Amino acid sequence: MTDQVDTGRRHFLTVATVATGAVGAAFALTPFLASWKPSARAKAMGAPVEVDISKLEAGALMKIEWRGKAVYIVHRTPEMLAALKAVDSQLRDPQSAESDQPGFAKNEARALKPEFLVLVGVCTHLGCAPLDKFSPGDATVSADWPGGFFCPCHGSKFDMSGRVFQGVPAPLNLPVPPYKFVSDTRIMIGAESGNA
Amino acid sequence: MASSSQTPVSNVGGRLGAVQKWIDDRFPLTKLWQEQASQYYAPKSMNFWYYFGSLAMLVLVIQLLTGLFLTMSYKPSSAEAFSSVEYIMRDVDWGWLIRYMHSTGASAFFIVVYLHMFRALLYGSYQKPRELVWIFGMLLYLCLMGEAFFGYLLPWGNMSYWGAQVIVSLFGAIPVVGDSLTEWIRGDYYISDVTLNRFFALHVIALPLALVFLTIAHLMALHEVGSNNPDGVDIKKVKGPDGIPLDGITFHPYYTVKDMVGVGVFLILFSLVIFFAPTMGGYFLEHANFEPANALQTPPHIAPVWYFTPYYAILRSVPNKGLGAALMGVAVLLFVFLPWLDRGKVKSIRYRGPLFKFFLFSFAISFICLGYLGMQPPTPTYTMASRVFATVYFAFFLLMPWYTSIDKTKPVPTRVTYHAH
Repeated sequence: MTDQVDTGRRHFLTVATVATGAVGAAFALTPFLASWKPSARAKAMGAPVEVDISKLEAGALMKIEWRGKAVYIVHRTPEMLAALKAVDSQLRDPQSAESDQPGFAKNEARALKPEFLVLVGVCTHLGCAPLDKFSPGDATVSADWPGGFFCPCHGSKFDMSGRVFQGVPAPLNLPVPPYKFVSDTRIMIGAESGNA
Repeated sequence: MASSSQTPVSNVGGRLGAVQKWIDDRFPLTKLWQEQASQYYAPKSMNFWYYFGSLAMLVLVIQLLTGLFLTMSYKPSSAEAFSSVEYIMRDVDWGWLIRYMHSTGASAFFIVVYLHMFRALLYGSYQKPRELVWIFGMLLYLCLMGEAFFGYLLPWGNMSYWGAQVIVSLFGAIPVVGDSLTEWIRGDYYISDVTLNRFFALHVIALPLALVFLTIAHLMALHEVGSNNPDGVDIKKVKGPDGIPLDGITFHPYYTVKDMVGVGVFLILFSLVIFFAPTMGGYFLEHANFEPANALQTPPHIAPVWYFTPYYAILRSVPNKGLGAALMGVAVLLFVFLPWLDRGKVKSIRYRGPLFKFFLFSFAISFICLGYLGMQPPTPTYTMASRVFATVYFAFFLLMPWYTSIDKTKPVPTRVTYHAH
């Protein structure tokens, strides 16, 4: 025994104690942080939704709720489909290479059946619900507006296939949810078969 | 102001004095009172701009008290939240008053805090040695923004819902982790009952606690270094033979009495809003929030409450999601760095040169204009105007090391400017 304090040993023990305590604190923190993740119940509520589209007129839009999000179903007219090609050069991603969608939507129509467009109605900028501004030249958007979706929050613009225009805040095309045709007049949102 | 309600007087005799001594032997009651109020020397020249600190504390107390009573009738669930607020407004005795005090208090808090912050810009109150006072203040401001944001979801109106949707989605702009982070914040795949419930917890427990502790830290740091004044003079440099600053007067009774006048005027204005214009024409309570949350329908015109609109205008002015969100964050955080961006040799605007005055004036104008633009629809003209004012906003901070170091300042006197009344 000596009266001399071994400061090196003391320092090592202090650091070791603090380090051990920090690891323990990190472990203790984990359950609290993890409790913020979507719960088992929230995960289980994402079941597919079946929709009757027999009454959806040409040129009209219907909204249904799937996993708490709005899903837009649009019955596109032949004119709307014909106009898609014309706006290609003004779009950020005309072939939908980067957007969130099933494989069948990587083209201009972005749909299983071109006349029926199915989109998640959540703007890829900050999540507002884009408005349907289908008539070309709609005064509330701009005089040269070709028709499509307009987000009222921050002015993002999408064409009649939900493809984003250049020069707006939204980075990506509107997502296409997985879906399939159960019959000619019924769509199931949230389930994909691959061969429709 | 808050401390004026305690009344231990050091020279009381008799039974009261005995009680005081009994306490002082066990708890530093008299010592605290003397250090923080009756023997805390503040510059005698503190003017109108110095009301807003004590008023901020008054509003904090109003918010804590009214909030406590609101939680007694409010239901934090997506099924019941909206109707429970209507229940408070219609069925609870005086519920309307308590709720309007709380909702008006939110806007009043920001008005008072913005004026308080502007005072710091005017008189260089963030400069050495008050950097920590300033940083605690900025943390208070961030907590206040969080508190306002979480609180705004609680009525579960349609603007509540979509406001939360937009702000939470901002975190989605962070590369790689963005999407899982937003999911973690919401606790669901959309703004749901789960989100509402946790925002309630944060609004009534976590952030109020943080606000109270940070206020204590803010005041402790302030009373350690001493209050600034409109001249930016260090009053501790000129002391009398008794060691007391010649330009100092005790906080109590001089400033407690002065602050009471401020409190009186504030409460008159506050009452006028509560009783005659509780929604303030849609600025304090937005019209779209009088209908319940609807996940399928964004309000036709979405804008945050006025106190966030300057930052919102900056966000919208950038045609790129990640960059817009980043600039908005930077716009808020730049305030923190003011003590190190400012290379000026003087503190107060009274002795600053023309460059600083020009930049500060332009900044104040652009902040107000951005606030206006953030409420307007995103038309091309407004977006372009937002870009111009955002540039001025950032120039104030980023060019500060340059213009404060070359600015022609006036010499600062050793004593404060004071006119006896």
